[in-house]
Amino acid sequence: MPLAPFDLPLKGGDRLGALSRLHMPSHFGGGETTKFDGNGGEDTTMTTPSLSAILMAPINAIMRIIDAPLRRLQKATGIGGMAAFFLAPNMLIFGIFVLLPLVINFVYSMTGGTAFFLSERDFIGGAQYSRLFECQNYLDPMSCQEDAFWTAVGNTFWFVVLQVSLMILTALITALILNRELAARSFWRAVFFFPVLLSPVVVGLIWKWILQRQGLLNFGLYQFGMDPYTWLTDRSWTFAATIGVSLWAHMGFYALIILAGLQAIPKDLYEAAEMDGTKPARVFWRITLPLLAPNLLVVVVLALIKSVQVFDEIYVLTGGGPGTSTLFLTQYIYETGFASALRNPGLAAAASILMGGVLVVLTLVQLGIGKRGENKGKR
Amino acid sequence: MGKVARFILRRKGGKGWHWTDVFTWVWLVGGLIIMFGPAVWLVFSSLKTPAALAEFPPSILPYVTSQATVEGYDKPLMLYDAKMPDGSTRVLAEVRRIGLVAQMVDPKAPGEIFKVNINDRAPVRTMSFATENYTEPFVHFDFLRYLWNSVFVTVVATVITLVVNSMAAFALSKYEFKGRSLAMLVILATLMVPLSVIMVPLYSIISTLGLFNSLWGVILPTVATPTGVFILRQYMLTIPDELIDAARMDKASEWQIYWRIVLPLTAPALAVLAIFSVVWRWNDFLWPLIVLSRRELYTLQVGLSIYSGELNVQWHFILAMTVVTMIPVVLVFIFLQRFITTGIAGTGLK
Repeated sequence: MPLAPFDLPLKGGDRLGALSRLHMPSHFGGGETTKFDGNGGEDTTMTTPSLSAILMAPINAIMRIIDAPLRRLQKATGIGGMAAFFLAPNMLIFGIFVLLPLVINFVYSMTGGTAFFLSERDFIGGAQYSRLFECQNYLDPMSCQEDAFWTAVGNTFWFVVLQVSLMILTALITALILNRELAARSFWRAVFFFPVLLSPVVVGLIWKWILQRQGLLNFGLYQFGMDPYTWLTDRSWTFAATIGVSLWAHMGFYALIILAGLQAIPKDLYEAAEMDGTKPARVFWRITLPLLAPNLLVVVVLALIKSVQVFDEIYVLTGGGPGTSTLFLTQYIYETGFASALRNPGLAAAASILMGGVLVVLTLVQLGIGKRGENKGKR
Repeated sequence: MGKVARFILRRKGGKGWHWTDVFTWVWLVGGLIIMFGPAVWLVFSSLKTPAALAEFPPSILPYVTSQATVEGYDKPLMLYDAKMPDGSTRVLAEVRRIGLVAQMVDPKAPGEIFKVNINDRAPVRTMSFATENYTEPFVHFDFLRYLWNSVFVTVVATVITLVVNSMAAFALSKYEFKGRSLAMLVILATLMVPLSVIMVPLYSIISTLGLFNSLWGVILPTVATPTGVFILRQYMLTIPDELIDAARMDKASEWQIYWRIVLPLTAPALAVLAIFSVVWRWNDFLWPLIVLSRRELYTLQVGLSIYSGELNVQWHFILAMTVVTMIPVVLVFIFLQRFITTGIAGTGLK
């Protein structure tokens, strides 16, 4: 691989320094401004050829070659045309890979068959939706035509409720503790942040290894005289494990956002409270929590949205099993759409639209609550 | 020891232990064990032989039972500390085991056979690192292939992400044009469209473009990140417009302004986005799982999950490969964690 063209700003500090000196107005008058001529120009501020300069030479040459036709384009279309040129690649990729699928999704959900190309699919109207909602008894997933869908919905619901509430609680406690006057605070922050960067597959495998029969958990319990147990073959323990593992993997992320919110609360408020002799509990309920509210709201929205889509680490950890006890919505969509022999992309599209609807509603509700809270604060 | 104890047990003020001090201490130390423990356990386990992995209770560090070649026997024999009837202990090699009785010989004098109850002996164990867990997957599996695929996807996707997102951010921050706020709104709205909502039609688009079973099918849909455009645009808004006007007066073309003025000044934000992008693409799982169905195209994440889902899991290889998969992210964590945490705290985006 050739070196990334953007290595320059990171490594070539000299060059960056020369350009940022342009910030200072006094230098505009002096002779030190970089000169741009029509051919791309030589860098007048650099004298000694450093390693980064040598590495950048081919890239600079390419950029000069690119520049020639672009100058002609600029002459032809003006600056407005250049804006379109800069925006085009990103919008094109957005259009093809995000917006177009969004539209096609609706068409898909109204067609049947197993083919993936739209032209080979026949229009069946709302049949996929009515199939999803066909139930004898709405309280029992097993009485539905698509029992797997309703099992996934039920599992996801309980997962979201339990995981998000535990997540907010633990993240809040962690952030409050990290906000105290600790020795080596950045070290402790890093400790809780560490699992966030791990890939979901690694997270799933680490915990699969710990929870298996010869694993670390059983070893720990064995020290207290308990018999080894195969945790991942027990329906309720597996479900609890999925919540625990996703807590472990993502808690640090939310703790970090809450911590940023805590540090933004003005210190003088606490000093004033201390002078008044306010009890710490009252300080928490009357100062910390209300001022943290907007930040907490962001965290709740993010956690909810992430939690509804849970898939990767759980899929590696349990594969949805045992039985369907940890089958969640994304896995249902994935398996209905691609993996199973009886695949039905239309049904998967219908289910994903329902899920998208839930996500949009969740976001809007949360934003609405946030607005109301803000207005209340103004009065 | 005293210094360490003082460090671990230090607390606010020094007026004795408030309950919050105790709670903080328990939470932090518990957090240290729970957050790092599993990864450390993974690394230790990855250095064990298959026999040691199957053992219960497991040992913390990788031990193997010592073996010795004894005259008159073809295979190396296991060594044990055996308690003799007269109360002394001797190092003996096991020849065979019949029920509860093991027939053993002295490795130095293999003529005489001792019969020892298996409860009266303990294996001689030495610490040993099973490095073949790391070297063999390179030969037996297409591990190198997966590694290359992952590196290729990560590097190419990150480079394209940086170019495309910074161009869009430049247009959205430094030009006035009709529909600018609409474009920004569309980009931000796509934050709400996760992969799981559009994966079925996205798959059909990828197949139509002929990108199914191609690494480009993994790369392209992910490069126009709304997060990236957002971070870069916010940063570029702080670059003074006078700088660009001055360059225009010096007859710089728009492309030169972008390439030689705006980009170098956006370096800190680009660095943050680059780190994010590397972590995202390296960790990607669901989309590669859908697009790549041929073994030689798997990325590390997909390959690992497929191997670990097989009926006969070879845990010693899986664990070692998991550690290798973890390495780049751990490096990012150690050296660049600061950038990521400030990036997250600043934007609230992951």
